[in-house]
Amino acid sequence: MLSRTADNLYWIARYMERADTVARLLEVGSRISLIPSAHGYRSEWDSLLQATGMAESFAKKYGDPVQRNIESFLFFDHDNPSSVASCFTAARENGRIVRTALTSQVWDALNTAFQELKALERTPRSELELSRLTDWVMRHAAMVRGAIDATLLRNDGFNFLNIGYYLERGDNTARLMDVKYYVLLPRVDFVGSGLDNYQWSTLLRAMGAQRAFHWAYGGDVTAAKIADFLILNPQSPRSLATCAAGLVNHLARVAKAYGRETVAQEKARALLAEVEGATVEAIFDEGLHEYLTRFIADSADLALGIHDTYLSGEMR
Amino acid sequence: MAQFNEMYQGTGVRPPYARLDDWVAAMPQELRSLKQAEAEALFRRIGITFAVYGEGGDPDRLIPFDMFPRVFSAAEWAKLEKGIKQRARALNAFLVDVYGRGEIIRAGRIPGRLVYQNEAYEKAVAGFVPPKGVYSHIVGIDIVRTGPDEFFVLEDNCRTPSGVSYMLESREIMMRMFPDLFRENRIEPVDGYSEKLRRTLASVAPKKCKGEPTVVILTPGHFNSAYYEHSLLADLMGVELVEGQDLFVDGEYCWMRTTEGPRRVDVIYRRIDDAYLDPLCFRPDSMLGIPGLMDVYRSGGVSICSAPGAGVADDKAVYTYVPEMVRFYLGEEPILNNVPTWQCGKADDLKYVLEKLPELVVKEVHGSGGYGMLVGPKCSRDEVERFRAKIVENPGNYIAQPTLALSSVPTFVEEGVAPRHVDLRPYCLVGERIELVPGGLTRVALKEGSLVVNSSQGGGVKDTWVLAE
Repeated sequence: MLSRTADNLYWIARYMERADTVARLLEVGSRISLIPSAHGYRSEWDSLLQATGMAESFAKKYGDPVQRNIESFLFFDHDNPSSVASCFTAARENGRIVRTALTSQVWDALNTAFQELKALERTPRSELELSRLTDWVMRHAAMVRGAIDATLLRNDGFNFLNIGYYLERGDNTARLMDVKYYVLLPRVDFVGSGLDNYQWSTLLRAMGAQRAFHWAYGGDVTAAKIADFLILNPQSPRSLATCAAGLVNHLARVAKAYGRETVAQEKARALLAEVEGATVEAIFDEGLHEYLTRFIADSADLALGIHDTYLSGEMR
Repeated sequence: MAQFNEMYQGTGVRPPYARLDDWVAAMPQELRSLKQAEAEALFRRIGITFAVYGEGGDPDRLIPFDMFPRVFSAAEWAKLEKGIKQRARALNAFLVDVYGRGEIIRAGRIPGRLVYQNEAYEKAVAGFVPPKGVYSHIVGIDIVRTGPDEFFVLEDNCRTPSGVSYMLESREIMMRMFPDLFRENRIEPVDGYSEKLRRTLASVAPKKCKGEPTVVILTPGHFNSAYYEHSLLADLMGVELVEGQDLFVDGEYCWMRTTEGPRRVDVIYRRIDDAYLDPLCFRPDSMLGIPGLMDVYRSGGVSICSAPGAGVADDKAVYTYVPEMVRFYLGEEPILNNVPTWQCGKADDLKYVLEKLPELVVKEVHGSGGYGMLVGPKCSRDEVERFRAKIVENPGNYIAQPTLALSSVPTFVEEGVAPRHVDLRPYCLVGERIELVPGGLTRVALKEGSLVVNSSQGGGVKDTWVLAE
């Protein structure tokens, strides 16, 4: 397929997944802000922006991190390339370009999200509850994903969509976990406290994984269990292990269809080996934040490899 | 001005429309509104919209669709078809000639300056004969009707005529909404178009291509107002839809960038202008286009449809001479007539035009889309005078024609059903063979009395039926 087409498909997936994460972030933020803040905490909303790497562009435009401004910035602001509005618009635009590579169901799902977004943008903000907005995003993200899984031909385009999804999801899970790092500066006396656990379970809830977590682990919510669940557990749909395995799988299918391997397959396997070889103890020894930062960098490097080989059209 | 109503003659109904009389009589107002809304929803859903240049506004605007079909009998169509194919052959013969020996000019049948000094004449392809001697592979001929047996060609489109997606989608939607109509009337199908187009394009593969040629459609991109059409045709033909950035030249061939590495391209159905094909050859400032493409083209490594330079045949000043081309190259009498045309560049013609300006239609020689034209009888004195000044300033840029009494077809309007003026654009395919699907694009001027059918000027479209014998 045309490299440009593969690139558009890949970005449809990345944008949809990113919008989903931004909605979840908003939910984490608003829940964390519902508990009383204590001395030694940064503003929770600020932490959230720090973790997503958007703090600077926010400060430039809005100044203080007030909840309403953050909502505007993360949801409606077209100047913020990662806002829900930007992501849904970009995903639909990419879809429009490659209409012929999509089924009408997938196009419908993308287009409906976009049309409803336009209606939301015309609705007075006072009528929009944050929880309604975040539900709305997750519903549409799921509809697009479902349409892809249910109707699309399992060809290379399908693989590039999935590569986009797994890459973005792995990166986002790492960033969501990192919110915790920023919220709770490494003050040892908080670890294991009631507050600490509350924040961890908020994170789980935002990822829609609270019940799954309890089924899988039972007992108290601890940092170690959560790290295991979100990083190492291949049953968890958002864990770094699941995402790395998904990348290896879909890149392997591409290599098989094209009859040759590239640097992208190599990097994906290295990423998976790294996650599979890790233990919770080792991760905490290294420092959770340091570990996540490393994962985010490795995953960005893999993205570059995928771009250079398949998406840029420079392959010879 | 007496106008020809294609359906009603006095109190009678002309035979091709016989069954539509009952159909429309049996449709209550509520059902009609319902169907109209359904049609609009279908159009929006498939994403067929039209962006109007220079008007801003909604890029996702729909072209209005009118559900009342326009009908031709088998006999009417048979004559049109012969005339259209004849014209398409003559236009291509003319193109081969003017980029070759120029016999028609030597014979004094058309002034050389009209051809060689024409902006659309590409010196870069002089002496080159494209595969099968075809320059214009899709010829869109705009035809108007003024009586039962009177058809006139308004203009020829030899470059990249658009609108065929409306022909295809209008039919799809009509069949979906009114299946009974298609059972009761024997209507020739149009959905063979994409297959015929693919065959036509494949038949003009370059000489260096062995085996099954790889065909692509080259689009300016998704911001183009006809992007939907480009993607529909690519989809229906099962070929890649590429942009300039997807193609490159290496060695003797043109290639596309794919996830598996370069893949050779043999035939390019381009939907971009000549000027944007190759910055090395035409416009060094262009971001669009494929550097080196023209060299590959001239050495037989790739075919470009329509061929660069085809535009010189559909220029509005050259148009006047098309009947002459039919006689000269084919030795036949033209089946379809031209509209009488005055060239403002000629002193006598100019004098006449300025005298009769309020009665005439005046167009720019290179204009399209209904922009920059004057419809004398529909304009105020002021508008006429302003246009007069423009003509005097640059007479060579204008042609004038009498205001024709365009035929009308019943159309659904606010108050019910009323006659509205229409034209017709069939799409003639020229490759190894000349083919024409029975149908075309009928454009309708939705404003009462209006003669401008261009979609950019508020025109709509209708499904066009050709009845089987």
